[in-house]
Amino acid sequence: MHLAQLNVAHLRAPIDSPELAEFVAALEPLNTVADEYPGFVWRMKESEEDPTATISHEYGDYLLITFSVWESLESLWDYAYRSAHLGMLRRRKEWFQRMAEPYIVLWWIPEGYIPSLAEGWERLERLRAVGPSPEAFTFKDSYDSSEAAHLPAAAEATK
Amino acid sequence: MSDDDLEALALLHDPVRRSLYEAVAAGGGDLGRAEAAEIAGVSRTLAGHHLDKLVEAGLLESAFRQQDKKGPGSGRPAKIYRRAGRDRSVSLPPRDYVALASVLAEVVDALGAEELAEKTAREAGERLGRGRHEPVEAVLRERGYEPYAEGGTLRMRNCPFHVLSHEQPLLVCSMNLALCQGLLEGLGDDPGRAALDPRPGECCVALSKTNED
Repeated sequence: MHLAQLNVAHLRAPIDSPELAEFVAALEPLNTVADEYPGFVWRMKESEEDPTATISHEYGDYLLITFSVWESLESLWDYAYRSAHLGMLRRRKEWFQRMAEPYIVLWWIPEGYIPSLAEGWERLERLRAVGPSPEAFTFKDSYDSSEAAHLPAAAEATK
Repeated sequence: MSDDDLEALALLHDPVRRSLYEAVAAGGGDLGRAEAAEIAGVSRTLAGHHLDKLVEAGLLESAFRQQDKKGPGSGRPAKIYRRAGRDRSVSLPPRDYVALASVLAEVVDALGAEELAEKTAREAGERLGRGRHEPVEAVLRERGYEPYAEGGTLRMRNCPFHVLSHEQPLLVCSMNLALCQGLLEGLGDDPGRAALDPRPGECCVALSKTNED
């Protein structure tokens, strides 16, 4: 199975403001690291032409979403914390507001399946409502793919 | 303390096993039986015997690798060894600082007190280096970082805070960087030499060469 990841961040200022300029400038090199990272499968792109375009959605203003699929939990973890991405995370306070609720959700999907943004959002809401479960979890409270193999969502997707 | 840990560590009492273990660990990756035997100065047969004992005890892991070279015996995959990822520790009387550190790291995270944690780590590093007159490499080695030179950089093979750096990577790696910067400062070296350059399976901090080099 593959691992889907949805992450949200509350911007401190509009994405086109000077405060966010350094963040926006770092998007392309960072996405290139992700795209070439071992275990990377897919990520949602707003535009094939403009690498700085962020995903548009209806879940609120100032909300930045990243949405991707990886071969394993380890590959995503290594990208997040053992690549140039770590340096960006360290600067998050300059660009994003602190969030009290969970802002990253992980879940297992069948290989070849690409979840919708709506599904990702539901997973995040589920995590926020009931805490980590095999259907929606975090790095810290993660579940093995075997624990998710028989879930209805996975079965639905393989039909 | 588990009996398994004690038994595994007791295996290293044997000098041959110990040097084989160290040879594999210092390689940083996969080491073949022949290479390990050569470093430890023993026969391949003896090395194989002891390496397999270390695998049995969970101190090393083994795998088979297809050999590239052509010629007699080239069809057979070579057995290779690497250090096992699992921590082994023995403490008498029993102590468990990791459990408490893990709780404290969660508290820092909940409070959003990363900056204070980094400042405190830098001061702690400074104290560790103060009054010492060795090169930073020696101090890092003593502290378990397993430094090694790569090009113009001093990299570190081992993360001494491994368990915590997996639970709270952002906090722990930031604190580790601050600690290394403080250590350099305490030693009278340039704190700017330490920077984050994370790689899978290694320490997230790397040190640039000094200007005098």
